[in-house]
Amino acid sequence: MAPRPPMTILETSFDARSPAAQQNAERMRALVGDLRGQFARIEAGGGEASRKRHEARGKLLPRDRVAGLLDRGSPFLEFSALAGLGMYEDDVPAGSIVTGLGRVSGRECVIVCNDATVKGGTYYPITVKKHLRAQEIAQENRLPCIYLVDSGGAYLPEQDEVFPDRRHFGRIFYNQANMSAQGIPQIAAVMGSCTAGGAYVPAMSDETVIVKEQGTIFLGGPPLVKAAIGESVTPEELGGADVHSRTSGVTDHYALDDADALLRVRAIVGNLNGRKSVELAIREPREPRLPAEDLYGLIPDDLRTPYEVREVIARLVDDSDFDEFKKLYATTLVCGFARVHGYPVGILANNGILFSESALKGAHFIELCCQRGVPLVFLQNITGFMVGKKYEAGGIAKDGAKLVTAVACSRVPKFTFVIGGSFGAGNYGMCGRAYSPRFLFSWPNARVSVMGGEQAAAVLATVRRDSLEARGESWPAEEEASFRDEIWEQYERQGHPYYGSARIWDDGVIDPLDTRRVLALSLSASLNAPIEATRFGVFRM
Amino acid sequence: MFERLLIANRGEIACRILKSARRLGIHCIAIHSEVDAGALHVRLADEAHCVGGPRPAESYLCIDAVLKAAQRSGAEAVHPGYGFLSENADFAEACAAAGLVFVGPGAAAIRSMGRKDAAKQLMEGAGVPVVPGYHGESQDFDVLAGEAARIGFPLLVKASAGGGGRGMRRVDHPDALEKALAGASREATSAFGDGDLLLERFVEPARHVEVQVFGDSQGNFVHLFDRDCSIQRRHQKLIEEAPAPGLGEGLREEMADAALRAARTIDYQGAGTVEFILDAGASGETGGGIEVADFYFMEMNTRLQVEHPVTEFITGQDLVEWQLRVAAGEPLPCAQEDLHVRGHAIEARLCAEDPAKRFLPSPGLLEHLRVPEAGPQLRVDGGFVEGDAVSPFYDNLLAKVVASGADRESARRRLVSALGEVEVVGPVCNATYLRDVAAHPAFASGQVHTGFLEQHEKELRREEAPSPRTLAAAVLYLLRARESGAHERAAVSADRWSPWEATDGFRLSTPARETLCLRSPKGEILAEVDVLTDSAGWRMEVSGRVSALSGEGPDDDGSLWVRLDGEGFPARASRRDEHLHLWLDGVYTHLLLPVPKIAEEGQVPAGGGVVSALPGRVVRVLVEPGARVRRGDVLLVVEAMKMEHEIRAPADGEVRSIACSPGDAVEEGVALVELEPAQS
Repeated sequence: MAPRPPMTILETSFDARSPAAQQNAERMRALVGDLRGQFARIEAGGGEASRKRHEARGKLLPRDRVAGLLDRGSPFLEFSALAGLGMYEDDVPAGSIVTGLGRVSGRECVIVCNDATVKGGTYYPITVKKHLRAQEIAQENRLPCIYLVDSGGAYLPEQDEVFPDRRHFGRIFYNQANMSAQGIPQIAAVMGSCTAGGAYVPAMSDETVIVKEQGTIFLGGPPLVKAAIGESVTPEELGGADVHSRTSGVTDHYALDDADALLRVRAIVGNLNGRKSVELAIREPREPRLPAEDLYGLIPDDLRTPYEVREVIARLVDDSDFDEFKKLYATTLVCGFARVHGYPVGILANNGILFSESALKGAHFIELCCQRGVPLVFLQNITGFMVGKKYEAGGIAKDGAKLVTAVACSRVPKFTFVIGGSFGAGNYGMCGRAYSPRFLFSWPNARVSVMGGEQAAAVLATVRRDSLEARGESWPAEEEASFRDEIWEQYERQGHPYYGSARIWDDGVIDPLDTRRVLALSLSASLNAPIEATRFGVFRM
Repeated sequence: MFERLLIANRGEIACRILKSARRLGIHCIAIHSEVDAGALHVRLADEAHCVGGPRPAESYLCIDAVLKAAQRSGAEAVHPGYGFLSENADFAEACAAAGLVFVGPGAAAIRSMGRKDAAKQLMEGAGVPVVPGYHGESQDFDVLAGEAARIGFPLLVKASAGGGGRGMRRVDHPDALEKALAGASREATSAFGDGDLLLERFVEPARHVEVQVFGDSQGNFVHLFDRDCSIQRRHQKLIEEAPAPGLGEGLREEMADAALRAARTIDYQGAGTVEFILDAGASGETGGGIEVADFYFMEMNTRLQVEHPVTEFITGQDLVEWQLRVAAGEPLPCAQEDLHVRGHAIEARLCAEDPAKRFLPSPGLLEHLRVPEAGPQLRVDGGFVEGDAVSPFYDNLLAKVVASGADRESARRRLVSALGEVEVVGPVCNATYLRDVAAHPAFASGQVHTGFLEQHEKELRREEAPSPRTLAAAVLYLLRARESGAHERAAVSADRWSPWEATDGFRLSTPARETLCLRSPKGEILAEVDVLTDSAGWRMEVSGRVSALSGEGPDDDGSLWVRLDGEGFPARASRRDEHLHLWLDGVYTHLLLPVPKIAEEGQVPAGGGVVSALPGRVVRVLVEPGARVRRGDVLLVVEAMKMEHEIRAPADGEVRSIACSPGDAVEEGVALVELEPAQS
């Protein structure tokens, strides 16, 4: 093993006992407590009665199916558990689909599991989006896909938002075909209905299991068959396990029950013949020298209160060892090399507003990491780029563009954590959702919007007052205040991490204490795909 | 003293003889059968000779082969151990004829004691009391039945030529006599080559007390006190001790005198044991123990006994050395007045057998074997090491665990603790049973008799439900072994510290809870344990009771340190595939952790119809509606493409209906027989 290079251990000045820290911690605990409450509710799926019915049929609950599929005791990195939260009149816990990343027969796989206890596992628009996002993660990281199918197909009342568009239902099968073409295994277990379009999930898979007297696959269900050609047929006769395993050949393996089907899938994954090759210079992991628990007290109650982001880094990286790049230059963007669970990473973390130099420094650092094949980690807490005459004249737009170009073109795996605010172009420069980080997770204190609520209220109020005044009208102060409040309230609601996570703007809201673990799991999973060389676009000079 | 000794035996006794012989500077020659080529007694010897096939009659009992090996190896003497040829007068004679010294009594002495009927008559003549019975020559059933009626029931049927419980039957009722005689005779024929039987009154309650005697070529005789061998199963000794507990000095002397009288009568040389049955029902106690009791001569064993170590412990003598010295013509090493009893010793026979299945022998590979470490007051005479196989051809005695102490209680406690350290995986072993016997209050108070194990059968039967400590140890073992297994797997992968190898069931939301199902070896669920990882270790929940679990290990040797709700204790574990073996608190527990298996495909289709894979013509229908069939049974035969195809039952079940008859043309895929699968 290579000799250990010299270290730069981050110092801390954080005092967990200070009143501010205690207040911060109390508030973060409340946020995390609320998040856990949401999870607990969501994990119950479609409610007690529905779960009982499901189990009475001899079927395992979706999360038990996932657990049964995974290697015992191994982690499961669930994606977007909050999907669909508050989006529909109906409650659609987890968007009626459980997706995530876990180990199956020693291999990291993406698992997509319908929850038939929620509206029969039908696809709401958000279900489609969540399914597609899981497939995207699989494709980008070259992870085998396992579909545990138990779904009534598209949610018909919302068919216009589910069926026809480019990123709607059909894309699922498009992705299956193309992933299969790329050598990314597609495996399905039919553990309930697979009707109409849903029938293509098993049919498009490389290898398919079906459960006796549970799984059915047909393009048209018995009611449709009756209506179309007058034929009376039971679901089992039409598309049960015997039909498809003995006669049609639509399925390859005949399982006696759910547990048996999961074992068969595990066996299939065991036969995939693939090997993860790790091109990174990994090293034995070391825990940070500082406790992660401090993160609760570190993060201020108010997004406007600045804090030292190195205190966060010191609690995420191995041995709290962080080698900074251009420490003295453009101090509002902290860049440097570290290791997370033994994997080398380049970290970009906001420590204030972005100036031209910050953007230049960030672009330079991203070039370094791409050159060396080092994965990038973005810790977002950004109000935006600096504004004003001086800065516009100084070309902040073109410097910002350099950072955005670097972020957009970089082909190393990127991981983004929204640990505070994420506003405006800062979101872009710091690898927001649109910049395709492999994974993006938010803390419960995060806020994401085009600008801060207060700024938005001020901007919109100014525009309105200008327009009123131009017409010679006046705007009473109390009316303006209530106008501002409304805008602020809208931004606050839409900027809330639950709002974004419900819409799958991220891959989940996480307890800050899990950040290191989540990053490590994501990093490791990303190594299933080789790290490509980067070719940057034109940097405006 | 001899230079070269051939040990005509195997197992622990061969190893035991070898030890003393080697100490006397004797070159030790082992013999072995083909399956014993790698056995411990062979590996310990200075040289070894194969004497034939695995069956005793082909090797260890084959006089010619053994003598040839003796001649080939230049042996001067042959020690026969116990069993095999040890009480075979022909062999003793053949040795003499071949110029070899037989370490044992002369052929005549063996013969006179070899036939139990004759021996009893001889003893009666010498004034040694014998059990009322029939020792006549006639083996005619009517004669035996008449004698049985005279003696009364219950009675014992014994092999005239045998010993060691083989060919022995207890008969409680005249109706059972015929069957018992037939069985005993068959067993006697196979074991001793002589099917003759004798009948004896069954003394109950009885104690088996025996006296160790020794004679030399100069006509000296001593006894080395008594032993109690009452703890028996299937008329075979399981736990023996010296001196016999609870006997008064007067009675002891009386028995020792009778034993010496017996030995003198036949001019005995070497080690011998005179076995008495003591009528514990007709005994009278004084302050010094049982003083007045009927005791009867049963038989004299003209060899070294399995249980000789207890006598060695209390006398400080080496009986094998005595045997060799006497055989070499030397006088007895001690006179009677030099022999004294010091302390007490108890021996337990560790056997590959299942006490729960009426002590059924359990041969097999010793996948794991650990015996307690010997010390000044603990002796372990073994013939096996881990990796050896316990052969169905031979005795299932794995080892003898012998503990001594200043008094009976300290020896007994030492024995209990030593038995708790025994670990055997592979064959079923009686270690826990022996420990339970030795720990039983009735045994502790010396209330031993030959019906002890039957009397206390219920208390000695172990509950199947494992204790909370056992469950905790099992769960800890599984969790810890999984952790280290994951690390080992990761270490050989490219992602060698992969966070995915964690085993704590990490979730972003609620931590994963998993249920471990522990089953008995028969597959019954003993416990379902819910396990949840937390920062301090684990929380385990068994039938609603939550405990905190943590600990260290397993080390390379399987040692664990378990912490259950703050209480720490050691345990040891060993796992082979689905089998988890645990030893803690002196008790062995065998648990099954079924590895889920993929079910077989091709079961009866959901509708229950059995179809032909080809279109053809039905030739024969072999079942009728209502018939119970086993999977694989031929249901009907269809001729297609000039070949007959057997259509077989895809699963066990009952034939509901048959939809065709011979001569019918059938299509492929059409149900011909409706089968109701049996509920599995």
